[in-house]
Amino acid sequence: MDTFTNQLVAGLSVGSVLLLVALGLSLTFGQLGVINMAHGEFIMAGAYTAYVVQQAISDPGASLLISIPIGFAVGGAMGLILEIALISRLYHRPLDTLLVTFGVSLILQQLARDLFGAPAKQVVAPEWLSGQTSLAGVDVPKARLFIFVLSITAVLAVSAVLKLTPLGRRIRATVQNRDLAETIGIPTRRIDRYTFFIGSGIAGVAGVGLTLLGSTGPTLGTSYIVDAFLVVVAGGIGQVKGTVIAAFGLGLLQATFEYSTTASIAKMLLLLVIVLFLQVRPQGLFTVRTRSLA
Amino acid sequence: MQTGAFATSALHNAVNGHSGRQHTLSMLKTRVLAGITMSLALAFSLAACGAKADDDDEGGGSSAKSCVDTSGATVKVGFLNSLSGTMSISEKTVADSLNLAVSEINAAGGVMGKKLEVVQEDGASEPKIFAEKATKLIQSDCVAAVFGGWTSSSRKAMLPVFESNDSLLFYPVQYEGLESSPNIFYTGATTNQQIIPALDYLKGEGVKSIFLVGSDYVFPRTANKIINAYAKANGIEVKGEEYAPLGATEFSTIVNKVKSADADAVFNTLNGDSNVAFFKQYKNVGLTAAAMPVVSVSIAEEEVAGVGIDNLKGQLTAWNYYQTVNNPANTKFVKAFKAKYGNDRPTSDPMEAAYTSVYLYKGMVEKAGSFDVAKVQAAAGGVTFDAPEGKVTVNGENHHIAKTFLMGEVGADGLITTVWSSPAPIEPDPFLKSYPWAAGIGG
Repeated sequence: MDTFTNQLVAGLSVGSVLLLVALGLSLTFGQLGVINMAHGEFIMAGAYTAYVVQQAISDPGASLLISIPIGFAVGGAMGLILEIALISRLYHRPLDTLLVTFGVSLILQQLARDLFGAPAKQVVAPEWLSGQTSLAGVDVPKARLFIFVLSITAVLAVSAVLKLTPLGRRIRATVQNRDLAETIGIPTRRIDRYTFFIGSGIAGVAGVGLTLLGSTGPTLGTSYIVDAFLVVVAGGIGQVKGTVIAAFGLGLLQATFEYSTTASIAKMLLLLVIVLFLQVRPQGLFTVRTRSLA
Repeated sequence: MQTGAFATSALHNAVNGHSGRQHTLSMLKTRVLAGITMSLALAFSLAACGAKADDDDEGGGSSAKSCVDTSGATVKVGFLNSLSGTMSISEKTVADSLNLAVSEINAAGGVMGKKLEVVQEDGASEPKIFAEKATKLIQSDCVAAVFGGWTSSSRKAMLPVFESNDSLLFYPVQYEGLESSPNIFYTGATTNQQIIPALDYLKGEGVKSIFLVGSDYVFPRTANKIINAYAKANGIEVKGEEYAPLGATEFSTIVNKVKSADADAVFNTLNGDSNVAFFKQYKNVGLTAAAMPVVSVSIAEEEVAGVGIDNLKGQLTAWNYYQTVNNPANTKFVKAFKAKYGNDRPTSDPMEAAYTSVYLYKGMVEKAGSFDVAKVQAAAGGVTFDAPEGKVTVNGENHHIAKTFLMGEVGADGLITTVWSSPAPIEPDPFLKSYPWAAGIGG
């Protein structure tokens, strides 16, 4: 029983990390169809933002909370620049986008190395997030709980924007039928830009959160990018709901496999499960039903 | 019939040219073979002429005779470290301390009156490039010896290059043992100078059970094989053995397993950034150095800041050198290093082993009275140096060095202090021949 609850917590926390890194991607890849290999580097930028803010504000708790909106702005701004400078010229050329953004990701990694040095930087976790707390009799690491809350909040915020605001309606309209959206006067190019800003901004927030778990180094993003794509693909393109379920599903599977086998085998089994799943359901868990011909 | 068949096949050849090409190929092969034989013969005749051989074979390249020129006022040595790629973090520090040693030696008059001239090459964190650059250093730069390498895969890639060219490599990093080449000097620890004494220490502290955590590659797997054999022979229970993929950052399940196994100590052979994630998550589930200490074999002063002092305080490390070692040679080394590279730069075990390797080379050459590889090899056994880590002695048989083991504890200032040391320098035993319980591992 103890093992079961411990692994359940582990699975949910792995899932919440996956969700946090994949949520931004589910917007840029899922909604816009842009394969952005530099997404991981926006996560890295968020982590470095937390580091820089902490250098300025020495109180770790305050700096963490302030870093979240700043991380969003930094990630979003980088995404916006990338969209305007490169990606906007490459819509409908997915292969070129993939190569270009891969190049950008390498440039950003080297930039981080030059700016901050190759060794990993240490972001100090606030005292109130170290150790663990008891939730209904189960010991949960506080840092994990914080990330869980952060990713759920991010999901709720994104869903609220998509469902309730005029911007969200325009984004959904653009995804479902770009031509029709254009004919009723939606500036789809500008909508793309907003979407990209929000998606990249969430990557920045993810980066801030991940400093609680791992190291802040130039290659931080590369260790998450593949997982993020897996979650979005398994969840189904264009659906936040799919991303959430896929993230927690894969997180729980990872924890289960890892407990009964080893970390390396678990990773392999997980990939196998995804491959098999996509054989049965190539479109992922959920798909957007559209009337567009494309 | 036969002629007929021949004619047909000739016609066939003429039509598609297939075996015709093969024919040219085999002719080419013969020519290349002849060329190699020629250049070998040339090399041997040159070798007969004298110690100094000029680099005059144009096409050969595979010549086994060295082209080292020791007739001038300087002698070239090669440094081969990764200055780019993932390993550059660590290997740049080794290049720095190698340079420090050479500039000290040159300032004090050089080796046998000759200044050392450094040719620096970048191994780019790629074993293949290490092998290529080693070949280049030996064959076109004509260096007398090469210093460098870090990962075992880089060393394994360079080994055949140094053996076939009969040149010397000084390798400064602790490694998994089970190797000994006449052309390599290993100035880092082998397993019986790092892992086994660390286990001796734990046993002495009353540890009855351990948990093994490592990255999934050759060093941790070999180290854990040795640890398992040791544990079996000494009545220590191994409660679990877990491997994470290289670069893994998700440790919640492994940490859960460690926690529920409730061992007396954890033996950690994780590499690189995984350490950061492991220690943060270890602390997050409420595990402490007091309750379940972690012994790490790849966290040195350089890495402490990255992992976070608050995550590592009180944890144990197993090395042969720390910046805090108290002796005149170390005081001088630390002072010189900080003066050259900055006050914030710590000194660590591999850096010290690299620094020491240059001085040991100097000692060997001066004992041999020559830069000649065979003479240096013959003179190497018994060469000593009062290194920053303490006195070290070269073992002439297996080319490792006798070193003192130091168990360290990470302090609140990020430096590591010695909590226990082996009573005397430990003789290197890379194949663990002197340990009966290790039968079958040494091969």
